[in-house]
Amino acid sequence: MPDLHVVPSQATSPRAIVGQTEAPWIRWLLITVALGFLGLVLIVPLAAVFTEAFAKGWELYLAALVEEEAWSAIKLTLLIASITVPLNLIFGVAAAWAIAKFQFAGKNLLVTLIDLPFAVSPVISGLIFVLLFGAQGVFAPVLEAYDIQIVYAWPGILLATLFVTFPFVARELIPVMQAQGTEEEEAAISLGASGWQTFWRVTLPNIKWGLLYGVILCNARAMGEFGAVSVVSGHIRGETNTIPLHVEILYNEYNFVAAFAVASLLAVLALFTLVIKSIVEWKSGEHRG
Amino acid sequence: MGNRLRQRSVLPGFGLSMGYTLLYLSFIVLIPLSLLFIKSASLSWSAFWQTVTDARVLASYQLTFTASITAASVNAVFGLLVAWVLVRYDFPGKRVVDGLVDLPFALPTAVAGIALTAVYAPNGWIGQYLEPLGIKVAFTPLGIMIALTFIGLPFVVRTIQPVLQDLDKQYEEAAATLGASRWQTFVRVILPPIVPAMFTGFALAFARALGEYGSVVFIAGNMPMKTEITPLLIITKLEQYDYAGATAIAAVVLVASFFMLLVINLLQYKTSRRHMPG
Repeated sequence: MPDLHVVPSQATSPRAIVGQTEAPWIRWLLITVALGFLGLVLIVPLAAVFTEAFAKGWELYLAALVEEEAWSAIKLTLLIASITVPLNLIFGVAAAWAIAKFQFAGKNLLVTLIDLPFAVSPVISGLIFVLLFGAQGVFAPVLEAYDIQIVYAWPGILLATLFVTFPFVARELIPVMQAQGTEEEEAAISLGASGWQTFWRVTLPNIKWGLLYGVILCNARAMGEFGAVSVVSGHIRGETNTIPLHVEILYNEYNFVAAFAVASLLAVLALFTLVIKSIVEWKSGEHRG
Repeated sequence: MGNRLRQRSVLPGFGLSMGYTLLYLSFIVLIPLSLLFIKSASLSWSAFWQTVTDARVLASYQLTFTASITAASVNAVFGLLVAWVLVRYDFPGKRVVDGLVDLPFALPTAVAGIALTAVYAPNGWIGQYLEPLGIKVAFTPLGIMIALTFIGLPFVVRTIQPVLQDLDKQYEEAAATLGASRWQTFVRVILPPIVPAMFTGFALAFARALGEYGSVVFIAGNMPMKTEITPLLIITKLEQYDYAGATAIAAVVLVASFFMLLVINLLQYKTSRRHMPG
């Protein structure tokens, strides 16, 4: 039946061939259903965070953020992120250099091992450090003898966060460095540049956007990790609570406005991460084009 | 010896970067993780078996597995739809929508958890309309499923999107010129090359859902035998200082996760071979 509508003169333009694209009403139906689904699943919860946070006005919102325990949670989270991100950044650059610039046996296995923390449940990521450094842990006698506390103190939170965010930078950098190839570096070396000069002047400018995105992702997860940190933290108020753990405590105390106010900080961080991601994709697309 | 393990290169720094990579990987990931298996191997077999097949634990496996597979299936269908709309159609605000798809990756799980609970609680934005219909979401398995759908969505969309983008439109044009209807073209020409990516996305979302904790615990209600997921049981055992029990259950979850990792790697290997030119 639809064949009747194809007028010969139009058939030369590809758009007019029936069956090559969807009828307009199907397009709009699909777009509406897809956007409706995304609205329900993504936008409504995101909007709920901010609405609940401001449900009782600005004063209570700000009060929840400047309160002493909130501050100590913010400070602990910043401390953990400020150690985690540089450590995983150095690792990510080293791993990507070895994997992307050289050919060696077992490369695929190494890449899989680097991705391993993504496959592990956050709860288990915390548990392994309790098994190592907890009261009944492998190193318990040593830690006790020297009076060192790791689990239920900030070093435990740091270890769990390092584990959980371990692959982020490496995983962003490996494909970017692989796509760059090795010709430019080889040229620099043969022209007499040292290894470090080559890295700083040739490699780094090529990978800067991938690097930035890896760092931003690693930071977002380091500040927002909940499951792993919850296992090793011990939940000591004002001492071993990170921002997400503080949100949980407030929520369980039915202090919803404060819980969502503190949570809104993390939601803003998430939105900031998404904006950076879009910019990075736009910039790297520009380079390719 | 070294020459056989790696090909010669004029670039420096292989020893340093590789050495550091292996050292850091061992200390942060491999040694702590292998300890879990060593610890669980030190339990007696009967004690291990008793712990991991306890009725409450079995109920948690069933719940976690069912909710994860349902959520991943919902995501496979809607993820394909979202990827299709984002790749093939133009509409106002498309770039913002495309960026927002990654929200579940960026939003901390605890924030997602309390937000979803607020939305689907009996007095919440959406929950209040479902309550009169007799549909309870928060504090039921349905709520767990919704949280896992939220968490898994980007995995499916981001796996299908690039494949759909690279699809050569020539074949569709050929099918259309040969008289196929749009639906026939979709089912016979467009869908087959996307199916492997759909399965990969499904597997990624499912694997993530199996271990998910933060977004689920708030909306689940956490009633033993009914709405208690396996990762929560591990934490419960730990809080009771039952380290052996926690380790045993964790070993089971970890084996399941590693199995999924293997499946995902095989799927990705197949997808990449299919996409290789020639």
